[in-house]
Amino acid sequence: MNWILQALNGFSLGALLFLLASGFTLTFGLLRVVSMAHGMYYLLGGYIGLSVVWFTGNFWLALLAGGSSIAILNYFVNRYLIRRTGENHLAQVLLTVGVVLILADIALTIWGGDSLSLPPPAFARGPIELPGNIFYPKYRFLLIVFGAIIGAVLWIFYRKTQIGAIVRAGVEDREMVNAMGINIDRLFTLVFALAAFLAGMSGVAGGAFLSLYPGAEWEILVLALVVVIVGGLGSLEGAMVGSVIVGLVDAYARWLLPEFSHFAVFAPMAVLLLFRPQGLFGKEA
Amino acid sequence: MAKSDSLLTVNDIHTYYGDSYVLQGLSLEVASGQIATLLGRNGMGKTTLIRSVAGLTPPRRGTISFKGKSLAGYAPYRISQLGLALVPQGRRIFSALTVRENLLVPTSKLAGRKGQGNGQRGRWNLTTVMEEFPQLAERAAQSGGSLSGGEQQMLAIGRALMANPDLILMDEPSEGLAPVLVTQFGEIMQSIREQGHSILLVEQNFGLAMDVADYVYVITSGRIAYHATPKELEEETEVLDQHLGI
Repeated sequence: MNWILQALNGFSLGALLFLLASGFTLTFGLLRVVSMAHGMYYLLGGYIGLSVVWFTGNFWLALLAGGSSIAILNYFVNRYLIRRTGENHLAQVLLTVGVVLILADIALTIWGGDSLSLPPPAFARGPIELPGNIFYPKYRFLLIVFGAIIGAVLWIFYRKTQIGAIVRAGVEDREMVNAMGINIDRLFTLVFALAAFLAGMSGVAGGAFLSLYPGAEWEILVLALVVVIVGGLGSLEGAMVGSVIVGLVDAYARWLLPEFSHFAVFAPMAVLLLFRPQGLFGKEA
Repeated sequence: MAKSDSLLTVNDIHTYYGDSYVLQGLSLEVASGQIATLLGRNGMGKTTLIRSVAGLTPPRRGTISFKGKSLAGYAPYRISQLGLALVPQGRRIFSALTVRENLLVPTSKLAGRKGQGNGQRGRWNLTTVMEEFPQLAERAAQSGGSLSGGEQQMLAIGRALMANPDLILMDEPSEGLAPVLVTQFGEIMQSIREQGHSILLVEQNFGLAMDVADYVYVITSGRIAYHATPKELEEETEVLDQHLGI
């Protein structure tokens, strides 16, 4: 019985990580931008969503507000800061870490240093009974469903639509897509905005079961990085599989090896890097 | 040449590639409905000319006008939307996309064109391109990267046609192809011209260039050294020897 509960824990953390890491990996793969701000986007999106819930009590509005405020923030960070770094990844890392430090301090001033929990919407409170007489928190169960839906929508968009094909073409040869009459910079800006939206939204979703507190931005960033590295840079399928792996490893490690749980997720990553440095779905460099 | 109906006019352009001064005052014209060929040895600036016209490496001085419109300050995607398509050196197929997806990229609404590839304005759509290149139809669901060199070249040309352009820039389409295929591509170019498209062809393959061209330019060190009809050029043994090593 406990095995199944831990699997559900793993899948729900995996769903949350997927929301965050899908945009993260596309940002790496498409735009070749190494942004360390993604964890902060998660936390800040969560805080903004929390305030929206405080003022309006509407969880859906909170998801929307958390996502779109981060998409707007990201537009300015990208346009006025990241663009200046060109292809210099080291500069991008330093710059975005600086952005995180500034934003984290602003967040500390506004929301304080306590751990805050975002109340889930009324319909998602309490337990749900699953086949086999298993009772599980309804919110976390719905999060799995939500993650799967977002994953399916993103996959269909990326793999099965003409615009998705253009995005993939742009990953391979940006200049050629431009020479075919497509404003690829604008398209990539939109994809970047979508990635930031997902990050902000995942903070709202995650705030309802992981809680929000200063420092959470780095903890979640590290997990998202592991997902991206395990799955392969720039691969959407990799983010899906990597999220589930990291979620499950984390859940089972907390249960079976609690004293190692803090670094349990790094073990599969280290082993994988030995044999497949490009990640499960990554292309060889 | 037919001065009356110039589709593309390149006038005294100076283009730098990085720090090197590649095109040093180059001028040429492509007449509507014709194939103009630019012949020259490696490193003379042929690809840079193509990149200049496509807007990928804009000239620092001089003017390029297409259909009477100056292209100064135009981004590559806007130049393409005016009716210009590129068959680049090395083909640059999107290897992760299927053949079909490759062909559909230029037909996107994002490119100001009509959408799904069929039923758009102009002669070329998914059906007609696949009729013209049956091998592409057979491999429609395969990834672009899995094609042979010749098939990739067909895909590169098919992809350019999908935009129903007025002018196609072709950068060494014969590169790396077997002689039989080179002849076939010569025929394909002539058939494209018959469909009303003009071509600016950049080539090292003298035979191919002379076969298909209505007018030939010879480039040396970033300038046009000589220009004439293929017939006139054939008799200029001195030009051939000096600039092309033939």
